[in-house]
Amino acid sequence: MAVTLTERAAQHIANFIAKRGKGVGLRLGVRTSGCSGMAYTLEFADEIAGDDNQFDSHGVKVLIDPKSLAYLDGTELDYVREGLNEGFKFNNPNIKNQCGCGESFGV
Amino acid sequence: MALLQIAEPGLSAAPHQHRLAVGIDLGTTNSLVATVRSSISVVLNDEDGRALLPSVVRYLADGTTEVGYAAQAMQSVDPHNTVVSAKRFMGRGVSDIAAIVNLPYQFVDAPGMVQLKTVAGVKSPVEVSAEILKALRARAEKSLGGELVGAVITVPAYFDDAQRQATKDAARLAGLNVLRLLNEPTAAAVAYGLDNAAEGIYVVYDLGGGTFDVSILRLSRGVFEVMATNGDSALGGDDFDHRIYCWVLEQTGLFALSAQDTRLLLTRAREAKEELTFHPETRITAVLSNGQAVDVLLTSKIFSEITLSLVNKTLAPTRKALRDANLGVEDVKGVVMVGGATRMPQIQRAVGEFFGQEPLNNLDPDKVVALGAAIQANVLAGNRSGDEWLLLDVIPLSLGLETMGGLVEKVITRNSTIPVARAQEFTTYKDGQTAMSIHVVQGERELVSDCRSLAKFELRGIPPMAAGAARVRVTFQVDADGLLSVSAREKNSGVEASVMVKPSYGLSDGEIADMLKASQQHAHDDMTARSLREQQVDGGRILEAVAAALAEDGELLNDAERGKIEERMAALRVTLEGNAPQAIKNAAEALNRATESFAGRRMNRSVQQALAGHKLEELES
Repeated sequence: MAVTLTERAAQHIANFIAKRGKGVGLRLGVRTSGCSGMAYTLEFADEIAGDDNQFDSHGVKVLIDPKSLAYLDGTELDYVREGLNEGFKFNNPNIKNQCGCGESFGV
Repeated sequence: MALLQIAEPGLSAAPHQHRLAVGIDLGTTNSLVATVRSSISVVLNDEDGRALLPSVVRYLADGTTEVGYAAQAMQSVDPHNTVVSAKRFMGRGVSDIAAIVNLPYQFVDAPGMVQLKTVAGVKSPVEVSAEILKALRARAEKSLGGELVGAVITVPAYFDDAQRQATKDAARLAGLNVLRLLNEPTAAAVAYGLDNAAEGIYVVYDLGGGTFDVSILRLSRGVFEVMATNGDSALGGDDFDHRIYCWVLEQTGLFALSAQDTRLLLTRAREAKEELTFHPETRITAVLSNGQAVDVLLTSKIFSEITLSLVNKTLAPTRKALRDANLGVEDVKGVVMVGGATRMPQIQRAVGEFFGQEPLNNLDPDKVVALGAAIQANVLAGNRSGDEWLLLDVIPLSLGLETMGGLVEKVITRNSTIPVARAQEFTTYKDGQTAMSIHVVQGERELVSDCRSLAKFELRGIPPMAAGAARVRVTFQVDADGLLSVSAREKNSGVEASVMVKPSYGLSDGEIADMLKASQQHAHDDMTARSLREQQVDGGRILEAVAAALAEDGELLNDAERGKIEERMAALRVTLEGNAPQAIKNAAEALNRATESFAGRRMNRSVQQALAGHKLEELES
């Protein structure tokens, strides 16, 4: 079971955390909502919960609660630039269908 | 497809619920747009990676427009239709801009604001600014991948209501929802996180391309109050370029250059200035149109010397602003540097020495205002948790209305944080009064004549009632941009009237400071004047009531009693002419005592009349 970051994503995250001035890492999660049933959450983590799964990817700590991990296993988080827009993108092998917006998915 | 940003812990938005908000620095020379991405405020660049958008709009004959660099490039070719510095005309009449000379535009005097004649028709400064805002909005929506919920737009601290309203109108024309107009120095302070810093006095030193502004801010309980502003609207980085240019002419013995050569040397001068920020010396080289070569060495020492008087020209307004705020340099907790020209080392040094502390300069001085506006926009759009402090502005002068005798009743007091709404109940002064005049005033003094009149309106259609029976609720509401609306409603009948205070009534900070000073100097006089007017109003009301009673029930009195009352009335009338509040009070009390038994008899009579023809049981039930 693992979740990884691309090197570019890791660099951006490390940079954001440094500028933000605090945070132990990045918390990824899944919650039920959105047009395709599930939605990703992407947040700064200020503390580690007892049952968190921890992954180290290019020096950035990624925290995922056990329930979310089932949906995220094998996911790679990338940082991409599309025209003027830039941000994070989930490459998740588990998904069966995805809402056009990219924020919401089904498994 | 949307790309995700990192949220604060526990604040992930539901899909499609991201609230995109931007901060816009709508500048005289350049404009910028910024947003908060993954908790960090960043300026949004254009397709070519440029952050600045020159605040230049060119109107073409076919009705289309060019904005930014494209328009700037055509400035010398098509000067009449290429509008620069529209910000200087916002909310201004022809007389206001008469001082700005050498403008290539054909002005049209329109009520309220000047208009510019272009090949595409007459355009107002609001429309020009809207074009700039539209370009920034398009850039933001492309960069963020969605529609904006709103924007915070910055304005100079000294902008009056008319200029602020014009800025809001421009935003509306550009299809932007204005979350808030924010003072530029306040935005800069927010960018440095000073709103979460220690309370105290902060100075914002803003030296742009063509203007210099200094603002003294006081932070207390999360609120920035602008205490004083000063500056020089014709001093900026361009003047430093010009000094270098003149120095080059001196060194080389050149004179009477063609326009083209002048432009070339000015460009070289600007490059030299920028070079000297990082290097101790720089070489200025150019080949003029006649083939003559220019090659001189400019050291930062010489640069400092030839621009010393310019640097000092910024310190004089700074000193003055501090004095206006009754502060010394030792009171200043921090100094924020804004504007590209503050990169010059001699400016940094001079400001550091003046205040005896290192100025804050680690953010890009060109971007700091937009970055602060973006942080504020992010909070206002609801993207931060509730306990985050919301930056608030305050009302600089109390707002109130005129009551009987020309006295001011303050409804919203000075330094209240906005937005704010306050209501107060007033009543009629005379029996059967069917209308009430509401006179809205601004100021700290006790008498209407010493305050500034903002608006007047009438509440009509109050049903005739005894004096004091009507209940008129007057509500003052100031929105987040400092614009006031006043409404009045008589509660028994429901009649209503209201007014939006016309923005042309704005006051400059200087006038506000003068009004505050006057109120402090006249505090004692005002108190006396107020108590005199109050007694006069009271005395007048008693006289009226007694006169009405005499007319109605005069036969209840014998001649001696009546004579005594009339004597006391005359005495009260005499004191009302004078200016001794105590004398009026005494005379009024004397009249009250003289009418006590008369009042008792009237009461008995009216009770008898009310009871006549009724049985006891009827009254008990």
